[in-house]
Amino acid sequence: MSFFTMANDVSTVALRRNFLGKSGLILSGAAVALLAGKDALAAKGGESTEQDIRILNTAIGAELEAIAAYQVGAESGLLQPPVLALAVTFQGHHKEHADILSRTIVKLGGKPAAAKAKYNFPTEKLKTQADVLQFAASLEKGAVSAYLNAVPLFGNADLAKAAASILGDEAMHWAILRNALGEVPVPSAFMS
Amino acid sequence: MAFARGHAAAALLLMSGVLLAAPDARAGAGDVKNGEALYGRCVACHALAYDRTGPRHCGLLGRMAGTVKGFQYSDAMKHSNIIWTPGTLDRFLANPLKMVPGTAMGYAGVTIPKDRRDLIAYLRNANNSAECRALLPGTAPVQR
Repeated sequence: MSFFTMANDVSTVALRRNFLGKSGLILSGAAVALLAGKDALAAKGGESTEQDIRILNTAIGAELEAIAAYQVGAESGLLQPPVLALAVTFQGHHKEHADILSRTIVKLGGKPAAAKAKYNFPTEKLKTQADVLQFAASLEKGAVSAYLNAVPLFGNADLAKAAASILGDEAMHWAILRNALGEVPVPSAFMS
Repeated sequence: MAFARGHAAAALLLMSGVLLAAPDARAGAGDVKNGEALYGRCVACHALAYDRTGPRHCGLLGRMAGTVKGFQYSDAMKHSNIIWTPGTLDRFLANPLKMVPGTAMGYAGVTIPKDRRDLIAYLRNANNSAECRALLPGTAPVQR
């Protein structure tokens, strides 16, 4: 079965429609919660806020890289239209993540990390659509683990909640990419 | 009788200690295959041969922390004076912020000792990969 066929599979298309339809709601909910708490966020200050800013900046760095990675995938010419649409949607989510994280850092009194002028990607290994999907899936899986391990470190519970919301989104990306690759979408009951 | 029970309990404790210690000793250098799977947790920020949000891992063991040329480290890491050995890496991976307060690696840690050993074994092994060897002086850099 080709990846194109899989991507056009009825269940995958239905998944994608549902995903596209609801994801904005999920993220805007998290964004509103985060922005609504801005005064409390800014008021805390101190060492815990400095640590929160460092964690958020590391997250921004990874989000910006993910945006660039999806751009490479989108411009590779290897993705069939339905898969390309998914990739662009997921890239849009990463843009939303980076944006809300940056605005939060500013509210906390920090300076958000900027995108690098150039990113290194293993482009020599990306020869098929499956290679691109596999690469994207590995980044999303890593991102889930990164957020999972950042959540307990935040001094501010609102930030932990926002990070958990992003974690959920990236876990969905990972599952859908695995599904498109013909792998078991959710391979285990727990993430680590 | 109570003494005997005490001895039996002590023997059981000793045995359980031996049983618990045995896998540690057997693991020795760690399980590279499992370490490779665990490395999947790191790839949001790290790669073996090139810098990302975090620095490259080729050549990590034996390297002074905060010294990959061109990578922008936190001040905390730059001034940590750590040399990465299996021991220091094990402590760092267990709780990065405890060992290097102020590190940019906002990661709670790899809590299971065997997982840390396996990860370290993978990193040590990966250093001999073609990807890492290509970074050695006198070899052509990876073209990207």
